[in-house]
Amino acid sequence: MQPLEPIARRSRLLLGILFFVLFFSAWGIATFGGFVSPTFLADPATMLKDGIYLLTHQDFLVDIGVTIWRVVGGFVMAAAVGVPLGIAMGAYKPVEALLEPFVSFARYLPASAFVPLLILWAGIGELQKLLVIFIGSVFQIILMVAVCVAATRRDLVEAAYTLGADNSGIVRRVLIPANAPDIAETLRLVLGWAWTYVIVAELIGASSGIGYMIINSQALMATGQIIFGIIVIGLIGLVSDLAFKALNRRLFAWRLA
Amino acid sequence: MSELEISGVSRVFPGANGRPPVTALHPTDLKVARNDFVTILGPSGCGKSTLLRIVAGLDTPTTGAVVAAGKEVTGPGVDRGMVFQSYTLFPWLTVRDNIAFGLREKRMGEKEKWEIVDSYIDKVGLKGFESHWPKQLSGGMQQRTAIARALANDPRILLLDEPFGALDNQTRGLMQELLLGIWEREQKTVLFVTHDIEEAVFMASRVVTMTARPGRIKSVTPVDLPHPRHYTIKASPEFSELRRKLTEEIRAEAIAAATQT
Ligand SMILES: Nc1ncnc2c1ncn2[C@@H]1O[C@H](COP(=O)(O)OP(=O)(O)OP(=O)(O)O)[C@@H](O)[C@H]1O
Ligand SMILES: [Mg+2]
Repeated sequence: MQPLEPIARRSRLLLGILFFVLFFSAWGIATFGGFVSPTFLADPATMLKDGIYLLTHQDFLVDIGVTIWRVVGGFVMAAAVGVPLGIAMGAYKPVEALLEPFVSFARYLPASAFVPLLILWAGIGELQKLLVIFIGSVFQIILMVAVCVAATRRDLVEAAYTLGADNSGIVRRVLIPANAPDIAETLRLVLGWAWTYVIVAELIGASSGIGYMIINSQALMATGQIIFGIIVIGLIGLVSDLAFKALNRRLFAWRLA
Repeated sequence: MSELEISGVSRVFPGANGRPPVTALHPTDLKVARNDFVTILGPSGCGKSTLLRIVAGLDTPTTGAVVAAGKEVTGPGVDRGMVFQSYTLFPWLTVRDNIAFGLREKRMGEKEKWEIVDSYIDKVGLKGFESHWPKQLSGGMQQRTAIARALANDPRILLLDEPFGALDNQTRGLMQELLLGIWEREQKTVLFVTHDIEEAVFMASRVVTMTARPGRIKSVTPVDLPHPRHYTIKASPEFSELRRKLTEEIRAEAIAAATQT
């Protein structure tokens, strides 16, 4: 194999699918073969059966919808605050000096540890769920956007100055478009993390959502349902990731041209 | 009155991490008349880019001052266009939008703007590539676009920092003719940095040579070859004589630069 050598689209797809096949085969062998007790790990068939039961009898689609709405809601709030702040921080050194130390500190505060506090402050309603995701995402976004904006090619900025751009022109017409693909990539990554926060938020003090279903199933020892829930999260993550990537490719074709 | 007046401009870069400061440029004086085409010739590291950046307003001199078009330079401005040594097209803009960048900044009307842009696309021979992104262009095409982008802004002074330095010989020759042709037709004050002697003579009405670092001006040679110039002029005896003279001058500096620690 030659380093960095691209491969054909078909082989790429096949190899990607192959690993899924391997994964599910290993799971099937472990469970159907009787190597693992069904109490701890349901087999794929049970998982599917449980999943269909969830969807048809337990309104699991509603749970999925609720969870997606929470993730998207909290994530959009975080992006709306984080992206402009990150750009300001990357572009203007005084803003960076003001915010960088705090943001670097806040970024390590575990969002899940805020759950009990947020329940005290905001109750167990939707706002609390959104806030967990917001807290978990916003500082990451600010910092990652700031880093990429600050690393903008200096010669492009200088070229824009010699063409008559003023300071706000530099931000609007160089820093933002130059970094838009990296900002979008940052958002894609953080959206992935937001999924982990939402489940944590739903494990405590929730009455709907995928996380709520999972914690309920634990009480019933229904490992098939738990695994189905986890796989649904994975699938939604995969689909949103692919959609995000496709959108980025369309929006930022100049990068790939 | 001269269009550009560089008086006593020097630049000392502070040494980083306790190293001694670097003198990139000794106090330099240069007057450039309106519509003059001055090429600056010097060995690598002699401060050519530094001088040009100071004139562009992208760097501040340690001593001295630059007066361009009657105003002291305090920062970059649309009166001084620049073409950089590295490729600096905006990768997210097409050729057309790159060339329109400065005009958009001036808030020029759409119709007039695209007329100017299209005329420059024509002049630099990029018809058919208007909607390409910089990544899809060869180095020569990128520099042509960069020249068009600077010229479309109609600066009084055009600064070029080894714009053809990274190009192969053939392309470089064609680009020289292209730029000279535009200059002959439109007339502009040009400061053109190069380390290629032939290029310096072919383009210039005056060649300024610089010494090895720390640079200062060593000589100013007028080039009285007639215009319009054709590449065949490079074979003429007058051209050869100028090239011989400048080679002699630069050789000593190149040796000094090469043996510098
Ligand atoms: N920002 C900087 N900080 C410190 N030293 C610098 C800086 N910029 C340039 N120098 C130094 O100043 C000297 C002149 O640099 P400059 O780029 O002007 O040379 P040049 O004549 O354009 O060379 P070349 O032909 O290789 O482009 C060099 O020795 C360089 O190391
Ligand atoms: Mg240089």
